[in-house]
Amino acid sequence: MKSGDVRHSLSVSTRPNARVAPWGDVLFEWLTRFFALLVLFILLGILASLIVTSMPSIRAFGFHFLWSDDWDPVRDQYGALIPVYGTLVSSLVALVIALPVSFGIAIFLTEMSPGWLKRPLGTAIELLAAIPSIIYGMWGLFSFAPGFSHTVQPLLIHTLGRLPGLGMLFQGPPLGIGLLTAGIILAIMIIPFISSVMRDVFELVPTVLKESAYGLGATTWEVVWKVVLPYTRAGVVGGVMLGLGRALGETMAVTFVIGNTQHLSPSLLAPGNSIASSLANEFAEAVGDLYTSALVELGLLLFVITTVVLAMAKLMLLRMGRHEGKRG
Amino acid sequence: MRHATPEIYRIYRRRQRRNRFHLVMSGCGMVFGLFWLCWILWTLFYNGFEVLSLSLLIRPTPAPGGDGGLANAIWGSIMMAGLATLIGTPVGVLAGTYLAEYGRRGWLAPLARFVNDILLSAPSIVLGLFVYTVYVSRAHHFSGFAGALALSLIVIPVVVRTTDDMLRLVPDSLREAAIALGAPRWKMVVKVAYRSARSGIATGVLLAVARISGETAPLLFTALNNQFTTWDINAPMANLPVVIFQFAMSPYDDWHKLAWGGAILITLSVLGINILARAFFQQKNY
Repeated sequence: MKSGDVRHSLSVSTRPNARVAPWGDVLFEWLTRFFALLVLFILLGILASLIVTSMPSIRAFGFHFLWSDDWDPVRDQYGALIPVYGTLVSSLVALVIALPVSFGIAIFLTEMSPGWLKRPLGTAIELLAAIPSIIYGMWGLFSFAPGFSHTVQPLLIHTLGRLPGLGMLFQGPPLGIGLLTAGIILAIMIIPFISSVMRDVFELVPTVLKESAYGLGATTWEVVWKVVLPYTRAGVVGGVMLGLGRALGETMAVTFVIGNTQHLSPSLLAPGNSIASSLANEFAEAVGDLYTSALVELGLLLFVITTVVLAMAKLMLLRMGRHEGKRG
Repeated sequence: MRHATPEIYRIYRRRQRRNRFHLVMSGCGMVFGLFWLCWILWTLFYNGFEVLSLSLLIRPTPAPGGDGGLANAIWGSIMMAGLATLIGTPVGVLAGTYLAEYGRRGWLAPLARFVNDILLSAPSIVLGLFVYTVYVSRAHHFSGFAGALALSLIVIPVVVRTTDDMLRLVPDSLREAAIALGAPRWKMVVKVAYRSARSGIATGVLLAVARISGETAPLLFTALNNQFTTWDINAPMANLPVVIFQFAMSPYDDWHKLAWGGAILITLSVLGINILARAFFQQKNY
């Protein structure tokens, strides 16, 4: 391997016994190392500062904080259940919608689209990721929610809402805002992330593999489903987790449309709350140490959840990369 | 082996049908994505264009019912984004340099790369919370500087990632050539590696600027808001995203209009910077 030799020779040249490194080299290396360490300390610092600040709330409520649905600044009682539920449910809705759509987009762009369309269409989907989240929020509140409450929501209530069991999810008045609306908007926001990861990993599949399947008479769909997807499984899961991580932490778009009520309801049409939108709405006005620290504890929860999800996503993608390295 | 029976044709037709169905569905996925993009942009232009005017750019935010523009918010946004870029770029470039140039062995570089990728998608509101707990609550006041600090935490991972990626694209033969001529290693990095990765790193910085110009969440409890234009970096500072948030959530029609004006300004600049970054990158990168 060529790059291995180079690596070796470069590292030898800075060893003191080979040659005394000029002070400029030592200084520069330590300078850059300092900033690389700083990146680690940012993560640790966030974690530490959030833990320290949320200590009063952790002491006051303990683990009860996690499953109490009581959020009452007047009585100084706080529980995270409603925002945590809202965060998880809206992200889950987003994932359910975004996963098939992103898969479709990735297939379209890698297998079906004519060459000259690939770039413009790919760029258009990427533009969805470039639109700031506050714009999604405004559009969601003023444009999407009213239309949604007049057309799709009554339809859902009158069809799916009548089903036994599943119907529970579609009860209540068509308000336009609520968990379902938040989930749909989150789905639109994470589609570009998931589909771009899928596209990247689909392009890693060796052409020989696909051509052998085509040569055996497989259809395009069979090639995608039985060759491309098994080959890229780790990468696809990683991309989906990445999208999930984004959805969990998304603040502004959700704040506009989720309804911001501390009320637990099984219906997806009901307004709710998410961790990020509780913080956005209440933090600047929170008075009292316990209130502030309960909100910070919410932030800590969010940070821990997203960090775990993103770390898993990253590990999946790394596995995909290694897998590729072995064969390529 | 028997020759082809109707049974086999049926299987064949079924496979064809399934294939066609799934390909049409994936086409629908594409249309689904483009549909939302068009709807969002159309809403934005429909509501925003009538508000765009010179007074939007030069007059400060009004009280409800009054006349005004967004001058103080635009100014605050530019100032904070600029400051955040100034803080974040050197930190990011140097950390990225370590990852690509010195971190070929040892534990620090892979770990830092991993952590950096987590920070890249970390919820931005938590970054605001972090700056609040370590800076704002100690200093006892909201300030433009705190806002810039929170935004720089978004800039850093973006710049680290692109610097690392771009430096790793530089061929090792270039590095060897410089070392063989007797250049010290830092000089090799600064004069050879940086120079060939320049346009890539600049693209990363531009993308980071695009990303922070629309960020609202980290500013909510760091920079807060301000009715007036201010030069004072230690005072609360108005900024477009927070003003849009506040105005859009208010019950006043004229504030809504201004919010749409701000929204179109932000979107145009973010999309503009994105396109600029792409053009920039393509022009030098073979």
